[in-house]
Amino acid sequence: MLVQMLKTAGLAAAGAAMSVAAAAQTVEVPFYFPVAVGGPITKLIDQYATDFSKEHPSIKVTPIYAGTYQETIVKALTAHKSGTPPVTSVLLSTDMFTLIDEDAIVPIDNFVKTDADRAWLKSFFPAFMTNSQTDGKTWGVPFQRSTVVLYWNKEAFKEAGLDPEKPPATWEEQVEFARKLTKRDAAGNVSQWGVQVPSSGFPYWLFQGFTTQAGVELMNQAGDTTYYDRPEVVQALQYMVDLSTKHKVMAPGVIEWGTTPKDFFERKTAMMWTTTGNLTNVRANAKFDFGVAMLPAGKRRGSPTGGGNFYIFKKSTPAQQEAAATFIKWITTPERAAQWGIDTGYVAVRPDAWETPAMKKYVEGFPPAAVARDQLPHAVAELSTHENQRVTKALNDGLQAALTGAKTPEQAMKDAQAEAARILRPYKR
Amino acid sequence: MRRIDAHVHGWLLLLPAMAFLALFTHWPAVATLVDSFYSTPRGSRPARFVGADNYAVMLDDPVFWQSVANNLWFAVGTIPVSIALAMLMALWVNDRLAGRAWLRVAFFTPTILPMIAVANIWLFFYTPQYGLLEQVTGLFGLPSHNWLGSRDTALACVILVAIWKEAGFFMIFYLAALQQIPPSLAEAAALEGASRACYLRRVVLPLLMPTTMFVLINAVINSFRLVDHIIVMTRGGPDNVTSLLLFYVYEVGFKFWDTAYAAALTMVLVVVLALVALGQYLFLERRTHYQ
Repeated sequence: MLVQMLKTAGLAAAGAAMSVAAAAQTVEVPFYFPVAVGGPITKLIDQYATDFSKEHPSIKVTPIYAGTYQETIVKALTAHKSGTPPVTSVLLSTDMFTLIDEDAIVPIDNFVKTDADRAWLKSFFPAFMTNSQTDGKTWGVPFQRSTVVLYWNKEAFKEAGLDPEKPPATWEEQVEFARKLTKRDAAGNVSQWGVQVPSSGFPYWLFQGFTTQAGVELMNQAGDTTYYDRPEVVQALQYMVDLSTKHKVMAPGVIEWGTTPKDFFERKTAMMWTTTGNLTNVRANAKFDFGVAMLPAGKRRGSPTGGGNFYIFKKSTPAQQEAAATFIKWITTPERAAQWGIDTGYVAVRPDAWETPAMKKYVEGFPPAAVARDQLPHAVAELSTHENQRVTKALNDGLQAALTGAKTPEQAMKDAQAEAARILRPYKR
Repeated sequence: MRRIDAHVHGWLLLLPAMAFLALFTHWPAVATLVDSFYSTPRGSRPARFVGADNYAVMLDDPVFWQSVANNLWFAVGTIPVSIALAMLMALWVNDRLAGRAWLRVAFFTPTILPMIAVANIWLFFYTPQYGLLEQVTGLFGLPSHNWLGSRDTALACVILVAIWKEAGFFMIFYLAALQQIPPSLAEAAALEGASRACYLRRVVLPLLMPTTMFVLINAVINSFRLVDHIIVMTRGGPDNVTSLLLFYVYEVGFKFWDTAYAAALTMVLVVVLALVALGQYLFLERRTHYQ
């Protein structure tokens, strides 16, 4: 009896020792991810992790849902400060400078050693890489990226006597179409606005569409200078303000981002500017024929990019970092990038992903999906600097001040630039 | 010997509560005070002692001053109205009337709903054109208004949500207090020929004073503590007109990552609340009749 027990105990001990040995070989990669659009994102990510572990048994990727983008960076940076950050995380591409300044991440270049690796790093759309590189180094890998597009209600166009297949292509057409699309009753109350550009929360992002079209950049690549008070920026803001004050084709005041798609579904606006990430949402909920188009051109076409990149955190072992890089390379292959784009509505991040059979079939059945891709050659990096949130807030406050009539566009941008310059002074080299 | 035992026993009973209080209340407060005299550590730059620099920055920070002013208006807007409403509702549902239980539930429901959910619902109430509010004003032929998107109405809108949320909560305290008032007082007043208004003014209201005191302190604290709906509905906009102090602390601490400055802002909040509570205990206490 005693011998039997000892034997069992011995076997159990041997088994435990073996599993410890196995665990020592397995590299753990905790991975934070945010959810910012509808759809079964968590399920998709879990599936990726499981599939990856099957192909790479020595690496265990543990996806951890961390809330919105804002909540995810709060969690990741707090964990970094307490010494145990995730090994990798998807965070906003605009968080790059913040993460560098906190000394939280390592450059992706550390893990690019072979020719295949170099080819991989070059395979992404250049528009997405501008937000991922500074100082000659790459800090993030594009993953769930988006851009601003125009959605229009084809039925409303028909009612207004416009060609339902022809969206506005220029600033002038946008005003002209919107004027025809705005419906007023005898008392002057509006039942349908012509166009809607949301301005709550992060107005800078949509405003950057106007500034790009006006032919001006909002910041430099080093992220230490902003150009908020350039004449073209003021001109862009004047155009945006004029939509509601002069032409009276857009609701006055600050327009809520969250309710904008619903305004579109309820036919309270005939055209709206919003993210490509809303494509699946609009497709499911619009009870009328709709179209998706590139944003209208001013001096040129243009839109900012947006969305999230993969980052690799510094406070983890070299083995973990290598494992994370392996996972990131694996998840951004053309086939997976294509599938991710189809499943979520994000823009597939590399040109060759659009050549895969799955993506070709998807675009054939649903042509609006390709609009974001076609707009990418005109796209610029989303506003991102050192002290990013603070510098961006300076612009947001100025935009909202102008949109609510508290300041003239010129004054608002002058004040915003002064504030941004004050914040960025320590980063000038 | 037995006395010492009793002492040890007493302290041991207190220990769990005290440990948690110290760990989660006192220690963070002291750490915040210390942090507010240091610079924010950034990457390779460690925190260094900067004295009152963070407080000097605060004096020059227009958004801070605007948040203070907004918060005062928020307090002035929410506290008296929600207390008055709570008292009215409590007096009403304390009477014998049909469907009393349902009415109480209806008044109390806003309190149990999570603020985030509530704010999302109110967001659609305020939506221009097809929101609930617009549909009602539309019936009277009033022009459409962008309630949360204009400077004049945004703060009033978030104040209204706070009142709606709080009044039911305070009502419960008043209701409990009203049930404590012996019916014999009402009978005696009736025998003496006192009018209902007189009974209310001379008997009920004084007896409710301890509750009012308690509710008032809670209301003041809540007016500096409620920010969930700001995050959902306006994010402090348009142009900071709905930025409240605690919201600004969050923004500076967890969006700008300027933790030292956020610590200094937090100290202002702590001092303000401590002063308010102290003032209320010192001055109002004298005029409060405890049974």
